Amino acid sequence: MAKKQKSLWEIFTAGFVKENPVLRLVIGTCPTLAVTTMAFNGVGMGLAATAVLICSNALISLLRNIIPDKIHIPVYITIIAAFVSILQMLVKAFVPALDSALGIFLPLIVVNCIILGRAESFAGKNPVLPSILDGIGMGLGFTIALTIMGSIREIIGAGTWFGMKVPLLSMLDPMLILILAPGGFFVFGILMACANKIAEKKGKEPAKLGCAGCPAAASCGQAEKGGCE
Amino acid sequence: MSVTGLVSIFLAAILTNNFVLSKFLGICPFLGVSKKLDTAVGMSVAVIFVMTLATLVTWPIQTFILDPNGLGYLQTIVFILIIAALVQFVEIFLKKYVPSLYSALGIYLPLITTNCAVLGVTVLNIDEGYNFVESIVNTVGAGFGFMLAMAIFAGVRGRMETSDVPKFLQGLPIVLVAASIVACSFLGFQGLVDGLFN
Repeated sequence: MAKKQKSLWEIFTAGFVKENPVLRLVIGTCPTLAVTTMAFNGVGMGLAATAVLICSNALISLLRNIIPDKIHIPVYITIIAAFVSILQMLVKAFVPALDSALGIFLPLIVVNCIILGRAESFAGKNPVLPSILDGIGMGLGFTIALTIMGSIREIIGAGTWFGMKVPLLSMLDPMLILILAPGGFFVFGILMACANKIAEKKGKEPAKLGCAGCPAAASCGQAEKGGCE
Repeated sequence: MSVTGLVSIFLAAILTNNFVLSKFLGICPFLGVSKKLDTAVGMSVAVIFVMTLATLVTWPIQTFILDPNGLGYLQTIVFILIIAALVQFVEIFLKKYVPSLYSALGIYLPLITTNCAVLGVTVLNIDEGYNFVESIVNTVGAGFGFMLAMAIFAGVRGRMETSDVPKFLQGLPIVLVAASIVACSFLGFQGLVDGLFN
């Protein structure tokens, strides 16, 4: 998707809105739904994934001419897993609250499609500086989407925002279901509908589960048949 | 370890802690491959197969190699490499010896390496402190829970094809809203396992 002529600024900002990984490319949905019960968790997860994404993009881009094509996916996974392990130890040591909030989704950053997908579709083909910028942009786009979702769910579902009481809402009974599993799907669906509406105004296609961000696209051979079905 | 203990782990993994609908693991295939019942079931069978194999390998490695040597911090990297290698191995094996099964499951296998349900279940088994048998039971239960969610949702999506969806929600949004309602129905199982066995 990245053409040669794209300026560094465009690469950097693409992930914010135009190619937002969660709302436009529809990748990384599992952590999006699971950890956004509170705004703080959304920010934490977003920043954790961003850190891994920047490091893995940089290293993969550096090594892109050395990694043999046939085994590039296992090599990418190993690189990403190494960074995730480092991150896990750092978070456990310095932000234990975040570690217990994210739980199993911290090690699962390894299989977050955003990271492997960006390695596959961007860092493996581009020089280091654009890859780092792409990592920062995509990571921040992920963080923004997670924060919005976490805020909506926390404000309506618990009457608080980043742990602070929201003045009027906290007097009512919070709608607990938004913090439970169904609320996650529901808020995500409505957010995506809004994103589609905005995209439509700008003359763009609505978001769909595509092969654009899927790391397995190349090996699965379904891309030309129009996706997983 | 009693039989009732195992049954309660199994039922909890399928119903109360359904992997897709309450733990949010494996959402990508849940949304991507659930349009038709046969592809949904095919994908689920492949997931159950790889999950069980992965648990059979990762549990002993964690317990007998990583833990005694103080290498617990290598868990993530070792587990994902084992899963990636297993998936490759299964793919090659099926291609050579069971071509009929390969043609049915083949296209789902590459997607499974990056399916968080597989890595998720192996890590959860360790985190929960399950022993070997409990781990296997939990894994198979999680796999069947995944299949149940996929099959139910394929039915829901089949009905949605013919219904008139508001323009605002057309496409993926209505799929997510429908998933939310299915997840709601699974909330009804909360407390079921505790009520049955304790």
